[in-house]
Amino acid sequence: MSDWLERTAATIAGSIERAVFTEELARAPGWLQGLDPRAKLVACLTTVMAAGFLRSLTVLLALYAAVLAAAVASRTPLDLLVRRVWTGVPLFTAFVLVPSLFLGRPPYLAVHLSVPALWSAVIFVARVGTGVSAAVLLVLTTPWADLLRALHALRVPPVFVLVLSMTYRYAFLLLHALTGRLEARRSRVVGATRGGEQRAWLAGSAGALLDRSFQLGADVYAAMLARGFTGEVRTLRRFRLRRADAWAVAGAALLAAAALAAGTALP
Amino acid sequence: MHIPDGYLSPFFSVGSGVVTVPAWSVAAARLRRSLRGRSVPMLALLSAFSFALMLISFPVPGGTTAHAVGGTLIAIVVGPWAAVAGVSVALVIQALFFGDGGILAIPLNCLNLAVVLPLTGWAVYRLLGGARPAGRRRLWAAGVGAYAGLTLAALAVGVELGLQPALFQVAGQPVYAPYTIAQAVPAMLVAHGLGASFVEAAVTVLGLVYVERLGARSPAGS
Repeated sequence: MSDWLERTAATIAGSIERAVFTEELARAPGWLQGLDPRAKLVACLTTVMAAGFLRSLTVLLALYAAVLAAAVASRTPLDLLVRRVWTGVPLFTAFVLVPSLFLGRPPYLAVHLSVPALWSAVIFVARVGTGVSAAVLLVLTTPWADLLRALHALRVPPVFVLVLSMTYRYAFLLLHALTGRLEARRSRVVGATRGGEQRAWLAGSAGALLDRSFQLGADVYAAMLARGFTGEVRTLRRFRLRRADAWAVAGAALLAAAALAAGTALP
Repeated sequence: MHIPDGYLSPFFSVGSGVVTVPAWSVAAARLRRSLRGRSVPMLALLSAFSFALMLISFPVPGGTTAHAVGGTLIAIVVGPWAAVAGVSVALVIQALFFGDGGILAIPLNCLNLAVVLPLTGWAVYRLLGGARPAGRRRLWAAGVGAYAGLTLAALAVGVELGLQPALFQVAGQPVYAPYTIAQAVPAMLVAHGLGASFVEAAVTVLGLVYVERLGARSPAGS
């Protein structure tokens, strides 16, 4: 149980750290960082879509190479992009796929590891990895606020965007409060504690956190009213599409079309 | 429970928007109407709460991990449509920010976790709790509702994954998720029905006790 607490604390601290680092990276100079977030979002979706339809390993690998090239042009640390992506969802996917290689179609439990099954599993993992890489690259090179405005431009209802932006801030406030509590506990507890005591502490923490959130919610709403909030959402910055943005979208569309065309011919 | 991109045909992930987008627009219309109340910051907070809950994964039999969502709790506290919006928001943040769940799969993940889950939970809660749920009966109704909501969402995921090998095959090999309905549905139901759904029910009941104790009344209604 205490391992579990430690691990939770580590996860939360890790996600805060990652968020801060991502924001720094997204504000650094680079090719993708300079593009309009709407163009980037569309280009990313096109790439993920193309990866979703591809059934050829060669073409998937080529598409992945294109994603990596875009990352290099944006001075994103490749180590971060590659490690962060492949140790996550694709690795998990590979684990999930293992039983499918052995227990296939009826009769179940009959061991029949075949080359086609293995091949299709490899393509599956490659597809997942390419899709996730494109998405992670989008997030690594776009500040959160710009991503929100891009959603706004894509006709996501403003209420959603408002709640989204507030949630994001609150999420970090809650995470900070939680790590604070975990650290305070760690620094005051000597020796081993019983499981029941730990569960009680965790339940109390969750309650206190919820309590604090409600108070905060009321305060924030009062502050919003005091500043003239009428329910309408306004943003200060306006985006203008430039030629480079149009090129990026066209490039992604061409790449996707070429990949899909090549995918029908190559293995 | 968050389906990543590549597990399903893009036709399927994006196509599920046929159901999810109307649900979102109803939720947005309801929210716009109730925006005058405190519900927006409250919703954002509960959504952040749901986000934090989903971060805490624990291992379940079958090799995957499970987590609570809190959708039914949000539905009871701020209303079912607010829950649709709130959990969707948490899922979008997870997909964009943590790569947890795919980007193309956002409509599908939202359908399972942000539409099916809270609406089921809410319906069961009202069905068991009566018109004005109160006291111990209210807590029971909330717990059973939360259990039903998460379990039904897990069933939906199992069916969606299980349909893939039946629909998309090349030369006898599955193109997307390879497990059939007969494999995917039991796996999802066992993992959630025996694990995560109980956690979800416990979180919902404890959360509700807390909200009641604080005297916070449902500001939005439905």
